[in-house]
Amino acid sequence: MLLCQSSITEPCRALLGANNLLSATDPKPLTSTVVRDDESKLVSAAKAGDLAAFEELVNRYERKIFRLGMNITQNREDAEDVMQDAFLKSYQNLDRFQGDSRFYTWLVRIAVNEALMKLRKRRPNQVSLDEPLTTDEDSVFREIADWGPSPEKKFAQTELNEILTSVIGELDPIFRVAFLLRDVEGVSTEETAQILGISEAAVKSRLLRARLKLRQKLNKYFRRSETQ
Amino acid sequence: MNCKKVILELSEYLNGALDSTIRLDLEQHLARCTDCRIVVDTCRKTIQIFCNSEPVPLPEDVRQRLHTALLDRIRRNPKSV
Repeated sequence: MLLCQSSITEPCRALLGANNLLSATDPKPLTSTVVRDDESKLVSAAKAGDLAAFEELVNRYERKIFRLGMNITQNREDAEDVMQDAFLKSYQNLDRFQGDSRFYTWLVRIAVNEALMKLRKRRPNQVSLDEPLTTDEDSVFREIADWGPSPEKKFAQTELNEILTSVIGELDPIFRVAFLLRDVEGVSTEETAQILGISEAAVKSRLLRARLKLRQKLNKYFRRSETQ
Repeated sequence: MNCKKVILELSEYLNGALDSTIRLDLEQHLARCTDCRIVVDTCRKTIQIFCNSEPVPLPEDVRQRLHTALLDRIRRNPKSV
């Protein structure tokens, strides 16, 4: 409670929400010795058998893992599978989690692997994390257009979400995952490299390409019109 | 610094991870190159727009199924947690 009372953030809203289904469907209410405490304490308590602590970890990250699954797979059913499998595997392997990274990073790693497996199954010849990257800096300057101060305001929220989903879906998975981990999930370069099993230099290269490609794809929506 | 070098350093510049000498060099280039300035600005906005976008809502039925599956696993294998 201490973490959440003063300013209610998205994870905190989830924590404070009444729909704790593990508890709701279990005849015995779960009580935790760790009350809304930080992640490492929750993990320690969950390892020691505190189910409410594990439930809180699920509540804290379920939306983020679902979003990550959606963004990588671009498919709601796959995203649901990714989320379920990621939490089930984290539960199964909790004893093996050494705590040398954040639990969330470990969970993301599991979820990314699950999501990439989904993609490989769907498009076995198109998804590789090892394909060579080409550099084409010159193409950046083919279309130069100012967007104005708040280009996203040209669109209603629903329309904007559709645009963002569409353009990120067009990105090659190797770029998409780097962008999602670094820029959307806020995972560090070092952690992204660990998750993807590539070098930090490769993460940086993929992130640059991803950002440039997304910028280019968004250009047609956000470029300032002549009347602006 | 030329335009091509600006693009190569763009990501690290936006991350605030550039060495100060290279950063100053890059910013001097931006001060006189409109095209690069637009690329840097629109790239920064690209990241901001994605970061500020509303997260995909987690449908309640999806959440229900997740918690039911976890509960089922915990009941079948209570010693794992």
